[in-house]
Amino acid sequence: MPRMLKAYVATTALVCAPFMAQAATPSPEDVIATYADIAQAGYEDSLSTAQALQKAIDAFVEDPTQDTQDAAKAAWVAARAPYQQTEAYRFGNAIVDEWEGRVNAWPLDEGLIDYVAPDTAVNEENDLAQANVIANPDLSIGGQDVDASEITPAFLSDTLQEAEGIESNVATGYHAIEFLLWGQDLNGTGPGAGERSYTDYLQDDGCTNGNCDRRAAYLTAASALLVDDLEEMVGNWTEDGAARTALAEDPEAGIKIILTGMGSLSYGELAGERTKLGLMLHDPEEEHDCFSDMTHLSHYYDAMGIRNVYEGKYTRTDGQVVEGPSISDLVADAAPEVDTQLRADLDASVAAAAKIKTSAENGMAYDQMIAVGNDDGAELVEGLVDALVTQTRGIERAVAALGSDIEVEGSDSLDNPDAVFQ
Amino acid sequence: MALGGVVALVACGAGVMAEPARTMRDAARVATVTRPTHDFTTPEPYEARPAGAGTLQGARFDQPLANLPDRQGMEFVLGEALFEKLWVPAPSSTRASDGLGPLFNARACANCHPGGGRGRPVEPGAITGQVLKLSQPGGLLPDGAPAGWHPMQPDRMLGTQLQDRAVQGLSGEGGLWLDWVEEPVQLTGGSVSLRRPVWHSDADIGPRTATSLRIAPQMIGLGLLAAIPAADLRANADPDDADHDGISGRVAEVYSPYAGGWRMGRFGHKAGAATLVDMSASAFSQDMGLSTPLFPHPWGDCTPAQTDCRRAPHGVDVGLRDGVEVSQEALELVSSYAGALAVPARRDVGSPAVLRGKQAFYGAGCPACHVPKFVTATRSDAPAHSFQLIWPYSDLLLHDMGPGLADTRAEGLATGTEWRTAPLWGIGLTAQNTGHPARFLHDGRARNLLEAVLWHGGEAAPAREHVRKMAPDTRADLIRFLESL
Repeated sequence: MPRMLKAYVATTALVCAPFMAQAATPSPEDVIATYADIAQAGYEDSLSTAQALQKAIDAFVEDPTQDTQDAAKAAWVAARAPYQQTEAYRFGNAIVDEWEGRVNAWPLDEGLIDYVAPDTAVNEENDLAQANVIANPDLSIGGQDVDASEITPAFLSDTLQEAEGIESNVATGYHAIEFLLWGQDLNGTGPGAGERSYTDYLQDDGCTNGNCDRRAAYLTAASALLVDDLEEMVGNWTEDGAARTALAEDPEAGIKIILTGMGSLSYGELAGERTKLGLMLHDPEEEHDCFSDMTHLSHYYDAMGIRNVYEGKYTRTDGQVVEGPSISDLVADAAPEVDTQLRADLDASVAAAAKIKTSAENGMAYDQMIAVGNDDGAELVEGLVDALVTQTRGIERAVAALGSDIEVEGSDSLDNPDAVFQ
Repeated sequence: MALGGVVALVACGAGVMAEPARTMRDAARVATVTRPTHDFTTPEPYEARPAGAGTLQGARFDQPLANLPDRQGMEFVLGEALFEKLWVPAPSSTRASDGLGPLFNARACANCHPGGGRGRPVEPGAITGQVLKLSQPGGLLPDGAPAGWHPMQPDRMLGTQLQDRAVQGLSGEGGLWLDWVEEPVQLTGGSVSLRRPVWHSDADIGPRTATSLRIAPQMIGLGLLAAIPAADLRANADPDDADHDGISGRVAEVYSPYAGGWRMGRFGHKAGAATLVDMSASAFSQDMGLSTPLFPHPWGDCTPAQTDCRRAPHGVDVGLRDGVEVSQEALELVSSYAGALAVPARRDVGSPAVLRGKQAFYGAGCPACHVPKFVTATRSDAPAHSFQLIWPYSDLLLHDMGPGLADTRAEGLATGTEWRTAPLWGIGLTAQNTGHPARFLHDGRARNLLEAVLWHGGEAAPAREHVRKMAPDTRADLIRFLESL
């Protein structure tokens, strides 16, 4: 169980005066412990919601109807909420980053998995971009004949995932499952998400698009694998887990990891690759959760996850709160105004993402927001990009305030040109 | 100050440079530090860091300069995404970022520069990053062209490049196939076989059309090459070989659409592009059929004779993306990505074999063109590229390389026999970055570095002869040195 540090919260609530704050400054060890506790809780919640998803998928495959399909989709959406909040852990923790591709890899050449529309753009660098393993029990991967007659978790993870070393051969994880539940979103930047019918899973003459048995086997295997993978990650954050132990070895370096992760996710990944790029190109293929049109949730929970890490506070899916000494406390001690500003910046990002979420829930999906000529949508999306960029500057100031050395290496060449020659 | 205003417009080493003059003190320091070494007993200071402070501690060709400011991180990520992006034909129901073709060689920049490395000779069915450039003599002399400019015009039917692919409903211009002719060369201690490509095509190439077979160059360190002061490069030019060392070296003056004027060519096998924005825009247009503000025709390289191609759907939407298929913003992001790619650190700089090989490299006279080091201009707007001691092993000038390497196609000031000195940094890491066997020289004919050296002719013939007659052990050391770059 993560440690509950409610007593600590009570203390900080009383300690307002700066001159007393020093006494309450937590040690890096305490901050790292909170960070690891939140990771553990986040992955436990991801696991339990993935188990619920697996159950819903089993029920859907057992008896494919509109209702059971809707229930499976709802379970997928619910499972994304805790998982996306853990994304801040991916950047900086090698053990998470190396594992992450198995559960959340994106973008994918979905033609590897199942049928796609005939005019789908083909990645010519990927021989398997249209392999359609659901339709083809005999595959050739890298010139080797592969027996795909049984679609099992092991086949997906060991043979198909990143086949031929190509990253877009995504055979497992949330987005593979998303594709199998929703199908391709062929509406471009217009209204509507993927429209896969439950009949794609009927095990009788009603089966649409063929190979319903293999499609069901794939979906079942992928959901089982997701549960396995999340179990593994939970194990990495328990008391003697490898990720927790790695951080505890050097708490000072651990602080650096926390900040690196916050900054990397905020800036290059979320603001840049997942948001700004799609808007600039008006391209829904650059949308993160493009089959289900649930990108608004993905972005919202990412922003929230970054804030969780800074503030050392996470609200679990059952409403319990995990919290403890935080990096915010450390920054507040070193430079209170920097902490105040960064907290405001993080709130502003969550608020900007919440506006997108609200709009999506009221009928303007994320891919419609980035459509050509949708000025209102563009304003919403730009609002998130701007807030994340501002927040990144705030993170840099926090780094400076802590005197941490995560400044980009070698940037002294301008300040000290002699360094080049001496 | 007017100069400051100009500098402020420039972004990230990719742009058009207005170089602030060096102080006398700095100029003296630069002269000292770039003087060729005579000591081969130990590595030179900073020799292991070819990109200066931006040198990558690692071997990859797709990583940012280590000293790239944090705030340029997003530009890098976006530029990288655009570089890797697969463009699709217009109109497309599922994608808004379309406009590929109608004729094209590749769907993504990364198709031809795998892993940030160079392309390789054509293979059936694959996109390898090799193209055939086309032109016919004649046409108008551009305004302001320097003396000696070779007027040229596109092939009347096919344009300036053979595109072997086309969008649905059209056909590519034809296939390209290679035969190889092997030619033995005697060396001290043995012989090697060199191979020369002979291309065939079923395309309708005009009888007077001049051709040049090219592979896509590697991407690393381009922003640093852009940042070398033009004056320092021009100082190495000796067009009439006034010093009688057998090495001329000419500046390729080219028109830069981005700068809106004539500038020194730095990029491309014949230094045909002055800036990375010009280079990228030209690749978008010719290789992928995508229009940019610099090359605004949505049909890319289709000629007026290719009427179906000119009439095919395109990706231009009025009032969007600057009215072209690739907006100015996207073009500049790709260019600044190219300009921000780091050069990996050298390996084994202190190994005795590498140091002996370095001595052999100097002894053979290679540094006359493969100039080891420069110091980049001081630019407060681009700190990662500013005032760095860099080791590209190129003078970026045109040299007569003899008939063995010549094509039949003059380009600007460059004749068929002239080629820009290829930078050698990172050359030993080619195969591991591209995922394909390393192939060298402008058309990828050389299967290893020794073959590449032995193809050198013209001004480089004496250096080649030096290598040919070297003791085999010394020659092996020379190759070890090149592989350590």
